[in-house]
Amino acid sequence: MALLEIRNLHASIEGTEILKGINLVVNPGEVHSIMGPNGSGKSTLARVLAGEECYDVTEGEILFKGKDLLEFEPDERACMGLFMAFQYPVEVPGVSTKYFLKAAVNAKRKYHGQEELDAVEFLKLVKEKLELVHMDQSLLNRAVNEGFSGGEKKRAEIFQMAMLEPVLSVLDETDSGLDIDALKIVSEGVNKLRNEERGFVVITHYQRLLNYIVPDFVHVLMDGRIVKSGNKELAIELEANGYSLLNGTAKAPITV
Amino acid sequence: MTTQALVESTSLLDAFDTLDAASPIHTLRAQAFETFQANGFPTLRDEQWRYTNVKPIAKGRFSLANPDAGQVDAERLREHLLHETPCHQLVFINGKFDESSSDLGELNSGVRLETLASVIANDFASIIEILDSTTDIHREAFTALNSSFMADGVFLHVPRGVELDKPVHVVFITVPGGEPIMTHPRVLVVAEESSKATIVETYATVGEGVYFTNTVTEIIAANNATIDHYKIERESDEAFHISSLNVTQGRDTNVTSHNFTLGGKLVRNHLNCFLKDEGCNSTFNGLVMAHDKQHVDNYLRIDHLMPNCNSWEYYKTILDDHAKSIFTGRIYVAQDAQKTDAKQTSANLLLSDTAHVTTKPQLEIFADDVKCTHGATIGQLEEEQMFYLQARGIDAASARSLLIYAFANETISEVKVKEIRDTLEAVLLDRLPQGHQLQGGL
Repeated sequence: MALLEIRNLHASIEGTEILKGINLVVNPGEVHSIMGPNGSGKSTLARVLAGEECYDVTEGEILFKGKDLLEFEPDERACMGLFMAFQYPVEVPGVSTKYFLKAAVNAKRKYHGQEELDAVEFLKLVKEKLELVHMDQSLLNRAVNEGFSGGEKKRAEIFQMAMLEPVLSVLDETDSGLDIDALKIVSEGVNKLRNEERGFVVITHYQRLLNYIVPDFVHVLMDGRIVKSGNKELAIELEANGYSLLNGTAKAPITV
Repeated sequence: MTTQALVESTSLLDAFDTLDAASPIHTLRAQAFETFQANGFPTLRDEQWRYTNVKPIAKGRFSLANPDAGQVDAERLREHLLHETPCHQLVFINGKFDESSSDLGELNSGVRLETLASVIANDFASIIEILDSTTDIHREAFTALNSSFMADGVFLHVPRGVELDKPVHVVFITVPGGEPIMTHPRVLVVAEESSKATIVETYATVGEGVYFTNTVTEIIAANNATIDHYKIERESDEAFHISSLNVTQGRDTNVTSHNFTLGGKLVRNHLNCFLKDEGCNSTFNGLVMAHDKQHVDNYLRIDHLMPNCNSWEYYKTILDDHAKSIFTGRIYVAQDAQKTDAKQTSANLLLSDTAHVTTKPQLEIFADDVKCTHGATIGQLEEEQMFYLQARGIDAASARSLLIYAFANETISEVKVKEIRDTLEAVLLDRLPQGHQLQGGL
């Protein structure tokens, strides 16, 4: 069964249609990259998947592990194994990263009928996952994302992803604003989590990221539709020629 | 005397007549009552009282609480006392010192910690000059009213160079009966040069019924003294609570006061702080958590009279249902008070569409080399934060509680007495859905 199946998805915000018929299938083990110019609907797609309230899905459906994803609240989606790394991770003053993560991990465990982690097990897991993104344990006592540098915020997102072990991860421009060192760390973190069960949707504006996270498929999103799909060569082609060549040539979306 | 004042204070006249005219304090009381009668209760026409109508108090026909309250529910009393913290604990029931539930403990040498009643009876001369030296009964009706009826409370005198090693916890419990009752507690703190003390005031009730607490606290901090003060107000939803905290600070003093308003039907907290010499630091923080139809009014006035003083005010409000909150922060900077640094913040969280906040900074600056800032925010929970928490698997109700808790905890975490901090946290968590999950802190 496909991990994610998006069929003819239309979504709008305050009456303005942003997504105009997206079709996409992600199977376990696959990494799909979605590229596209600003305003093409990339982040909207990510946020609709995560379940943000302000978007109205007007047509189409999303199946996640065969279930109608739109039926579920954002927290239920997370517990079911969907993770979105935010383009702009949100600062939550007054709430320590430790408390936040513990609540998140245990919410998921509870959802699956598992015992909550005790303090020792939790710390062990934290240590292991922090290494993936080269972060220090002092992170735990800092308020969630508060005062983090841009790079720290993105690394913290990947750390959270590692902690929650999702089956489908949607990375919303995780590379934007990162210097090359941070980009390598983030990519390395993602690559270590790749396996035959997990799927990734990597949304990016730049081909650069795809040198480090090598996708199986590349899709070009323009004006709310996927106008072209291909393999990683497509990304290189786009980098060379830009999106302009594709402009106005949108045909029926192709799905791989 | 205005007609309104005449008519409405009839019950107060009756109450005043019951006082012992032979008491050493009687002259002072009589003068205060005369002043009160001349001015009457404030009305909405008074600028300082524009948002709070005290008519229900004026018309309340309160009689003085019977100090012999009879059997007090020990379990419910217990929850307002400190148990694990070594402290000097003074409990007052219906305005009168209750020896059996109090524990004065060992005092540092030379420290006077006595009930006001005993000082009035035995040594009134030692406080006659100090009492009401920080207040203005002509301008503040409720202080005049307190002075008219004051009978008991606490006198703390910390001599020069002495640091009180344990906090003083003063607990005022009202046990309401059938008829509306009132108490007028008084706390007087004198910290001599280079001394240090922590004072916690708790106001609460055991039992049901309408009552009115009208309390006045005076803190006189001499040069280089340090005072850490807390006021925890946990009155019932039938209570009227008017408080006035009056502070005068000498050179290089540090005064911190945290005000927690958790209960009461109508609450007004008045603060007057006078920075009378150079190098003062003052911190006045507050947290209001109100729901139902609670009305809470915080009125703060800080007078910077001399150069090089700093004052910080940070008041937070969380309102639900039809609750109403008013914050007025008045900062006066005299011409001589150069290099004043005054910062004021009012942050308000509205949890319902029907809650109401008024926040009003008032800066009056007559010096030209000062830094005075103020900021006010009024908002709902951040949707983006809610979404972020939910996107990590935390359900909406828990996420909401978590964010409210985080907002309030910033103030609660500043309380240095752990047991008080834990109590405040417990009260907060108790009000939040799934709050128990947040036990143990963030």
